[in-house]
Amino acid sequence: MSFFDLKGLLQPLTGIRQFGKKPHTIKLPDLLLNTADRYRGLHHNDLEACIGCGNCSTICQNEAIDMINLENIEHKDGDSGLRPRVDNGRCCWCALCVDVCPTGSLNLTKDYIFTSEDANDFLWIPGVDNPEGNNNLSFTSDTNTSLSMYQRVPMRELDGKERVKSFAEVVLGYSEEEARREAQRCISCGLCTNVCPDHMHIPEYINAIAKGNDADALKIIYDNNPFPEMCGKVCTRRCEEVCAIEVRGEAVAIRWLKRYATETAPTAEKIKEIVNPVIKESNGFKVGIIGAGPAGLTASYYLALRGFDVTIYEAQAHAGGMTMYGIPKYRFPLDSIDKQVDYMKSIGVKIKYNTKVGKDISFEDLYKNNDAIFAGIGFQNAWTLGIENEDIPGSIPAVDYLNIINRGDSYDVGKKVVVIGGGNVAIDGARVSKRYGADVTILYRRRVEDMPADWEEIEGAEDEDIHIATQTIPTRIIKGDDGKVKAIEYLKANMVADDKGGRPRPVAIEGSETILECDTVIGAIGQEADYSWLPESFKDKIEVKRGMMIVVNEFNQTGDHKVFAGGDAVNKTADAISAIADGYAAVIGIENYLVKK
Amino acid sequence: MREKETTLYIGPQHPGITGNMMVKLKVTGDTIISSSTHVGYLHRAFEKLIEQRNWLQSFTILCRFCVPEPDPMELTYARAVEELEGREVPERAKYIRVMVMELARLQSFMLWYAGQSGSAGLYTLGQWSVGDRNYVLDLFEMLTGGRVYHMYIWPGGVRRDLPEGFKEKTLKTMDYLEKRLDQYNQMLFDNTIFQKRAQGVGVIPKDKAIEWGVVGAPLRGCGIKSDVRIDEPYEVYDKLDFIVPTAEGGDIWARALVRKEEIRQSISIIRQVLDKMPEGEYYNRVPNPMKWTIPAGQVYTRTESVRGEIGFYVASDGSDKPRRVHVKGAAYTHGVTVLDKVLKGQNIADVSFILNSLGVCPPEIER
Ligand SMILES: Cc1cc2nc3c(=O)[nH]c(=O)nc-3n(C[C@H](O)[C@H](O)[C@H](O)COP(=O)(O)OP(=O)(O)OC[C@H]3O[C@@H](n4cnc5c(N)ncnc54)[C@H](O)[C@@H]3O)c2cc1C
Ligand code: SF4
Ligand code: SF4
Repeated sequence: MSFFDLKGLLQPLTGIRQFGKKPHTIKLPDLLLNTADRYRGLHHNDLEACIGCGNCSTICQNEAIDMINLENIEHKDGDSGLRPRVDNGRCCWCALCVDVCPTGSLNLTKDYIFTSEDANDFLWIPGVDNPEGNNNLSFTSDTNTSLSMYQRVPMRELDGKERVKSFAEVVLGYSEEEARREAQRCISCGLCTNVCPDHMHIPEYINAIAKGNDADALKIIYDNNPFPEMCGKVCTRRCEEVCAIEVRGEAVAIRWLKRYATETAPTAEKIKEIVNPVIKESNGFKVGIIGAGPAGLTASYYLALRGFDVTIYEAQAHAGGMTMYGIPKYRFPLDSIDKQVDYMKSIGVKIKYNTKVGKDISFEDLYKNNDAIFAGIGFQNAWTLGIENEDIPGSIPAVDYLNIINRGDSYDVGKKVVVIGGGNVAIDGARVSKRYGADVTILYRRRVEDMPADWEEIEGAEDEDIHIATQTIPTRIIKGDDGKVKAIEYLKANMVADDKGGRPRPVAIEGSETILECDTVIGAIGQEADYSWLPESFKDKIEVKRGMMIVVNEFNQTGDHKVFAGGDAVNKTADAISAIADGYAAVIGIENYLVKK
Repeated sequence: MREKETTLYIGPQHPGITGNMMVKLKVTGDTIISSSTHVGYLHRAFEKLIEQRNWLQSFTILCRFCVPEPDPMELTYARAVEELEGREVPERAKYIRVMVMELARLQSFMLWYAGQSGSAGLYTLGQWSVGDRNYVLDLFEMLTGGRVYHMYIWPGGVRRDLPEGFKEKTLKTMDYLEKRLDQYNQMLFDNTIFQKRAQGVGVIPKDKAIEWGVVGAPLRGCGIKSDVRIDEPYEVYDKLDFIVPTAEGGDIWARALVRKEEIRQSISIIRQVLDKMPEGEYYNRVPNPMKWTIPAGQVYTRTESVRGEIGFYVASDGSDKPRRVHVKGAAYTHGVTVLDKVLKGQNIADVSFILNSLGVCPPEIER
């Protein structure tokens, strides 16, 4: 190439051609680019849909999000009441917060311009500071793109046809791999903990399971629940109802994970080895406990650990209360009860069986010989149906029926069984009868979706070919020539909207009488407590209010400060975990009352 | 007159390249006697930060190693994590990833056009190419929601599928850019000023190139055919038809010739990928990122970035966070260890011209 390369000098001048072209730059006022449909601009939060789980805040690696209280948003079950605030000065618009938001409330918008001299102005509460952002959503998440894992690891169960042949446990439990996978779904928001009556450390033990530390999980569980395998099998799990994942998917199987953790300790000795509890030296105080149900057992366990001398007086021959005599064995097997109770005994809990307070031993004696009393007496008496011929042979309350079966005796239900009620007790009565080969119908006043029973129990009943006749109101039991139940008569009902805004009521349809032949009628419409043990002289202090509930304070202390009470006889929720929570609260109460007073 | 030896500092404010770094020169007159590179002006400790972030969070930091080409970082990390975990990537995602890599190459080349011509005092072309680069960024915005940092390729695949109309828009953009390239080349390669300044300047001797650890276009500009995309194909590069251009001479000119052809190859690859891309999943979902752990182990993963091979050494101790992510990029070798050797005997005005041709990206040195 010569120094005077003419082409090389002239060629670049061809650039002059561009002079007449339209410029790339956009002039005002069109300066605002119309951003792409997926643009990652400023955040917007649907404040109604957001549940304040804080997952957005946790994932943000720039720590651009903090969770704050807003004036008009209340804390409630399943909603922490907090909402995210974004520091737009820190945000890098990675949108990880969007992709981990379980509810889908948090999204990015097409908006991207904001200027201010004040750094604090860049703190935005999405949805509050830009309500209009809702019309401009761009980078959003749906359940396909979200990083939340919406599908539950299915639980393996005995097949419906197979399981009605015996009382073998229906639920088979998670394998190690399944449990790890299921535990991974938890986002540790803790909304569940708030709702659990016992405030169990749910995210913590699930995290331990996810990491493969099953022993840690069990230890964490035993911190405030000494009967956890029972809960792992039959808990009413209100926690799962508020699970953040449940908003757009299937709740984390909290109950099954607890079950998994507890089953890693197959014997009482193994539980003791893993939990390795610290048992304090005796403090010289004696506590008498009435009833070895979940409430009484819980109080006893934690009192014993704290150095109290504890004895339980139990009317029946076995511990467990309604979880032993009510809940059928295919849900909660005997060896599981025994394992857990044996462990409690091994740390010092004493149980006197077949000792009914008020009959075998007087309440006054108990009161005199102990420094404090805890009554966990449960609901032992069934409500009556209030219909004709309820007391003839062949008609039996569900709790009595289940008690007979669970203690190992038998009861002849015949070929056709009718169960009245829509709760778990009714389903238990029905499914047990199915296991005796009967043809079972449940009569329920409202619709299936109104049934208070656990949805998995309802599904279980349906899998076992139990017929649920909804919107039916029993009117009388018809007696046969042999004096036993021959049939039941019921009216069909319409659901009528409640004027006061309550749930719809069933109203009988006149002339719709229907007769259903059957050999056994099982009533399962509710239970109440038996206070025959409580002497008159105590009744002015230990108050029993309408609905047969004992009145207590936050530490489950009655008007007689030496007497504490908990469980079904105290709380309205009537489930085992509430009884456990009561037992635990009473321990704190008794300790405050005796040791720290 | 005897000339005295003087010390000169170029930088640390953007010494003709993006990012802070300083080149300390010893000169006599206009001739460089020796040089040393000084870094530490933007140390952001990314590698360390990553050790405190979980496996997913980390991917939002990585891309910031190098502003002009964030995407190869995302891919290299994703591939490393996938290899450690044994996670499969859907076929469609692999095609999308290759497309993103080549789009990244395109936009980065357009910045190179601006840098390389600008540091020779030729400013018109830079205005053009940076303007045209926006059309590629438009594509990125449409695909990922972001223009410069995309945070789009993550372990398991890519974050979102192609949006509607993306293919058509991309093909149109490719046609446009291809035409524009002819005009760019008239402005640069046919330009005597560029020719005179590039030829024989900043020479890397062929017999030293490998020993010095040179990679990418600078290596291929020494006549050595080396490119991770064909040497150790990943994703779907082995299913595509493209050439790896080389040129002889080892000077700025040779490196420019290599890039001139590579950019055309990228356009061709993008067209092939869009044509062959199968339908199907684009993402093999990772578990809840808060509880996602990676089995203990270590890998070294290589990717061909625009500036040459980058490698990530990723180690896991089995927990939810990387134990170590170490990045070996082109910039460290080219900007720190090779630069001194190449600058010797050159003129002061050539420093940023040479830096541009070596593809030095200071933030990547100081990750
Ligand atoms: C059929 C059925 C199914 C159920 N299913 C579930 C379920 O799936 N999930 C769930 O969470 N809950 C379930 N429940 C409810 C749960 O069993 C109770 O809420 C829980 O057992 C209450 O615990 P508690 O300690 O208050 O009382 P209980 O468990 O009723 O225990 C009270 C104990 O006190 C004893 N006792 C009473 N009076 C005296 C006395 N005077 N002297 C000595 N001892 C006395 C009783 O014999 C009994 O052992 C079910 C209940 C029934 C009836
Ligand atoms: S992750 Fe979503 S639901 Fe949870 S607090 Fe953030 S915005 Fe609300
Ligand atoms: S977009 Fe990313 S950086 Fe911004 S608040 Fe969300 S998680 Fe944090």
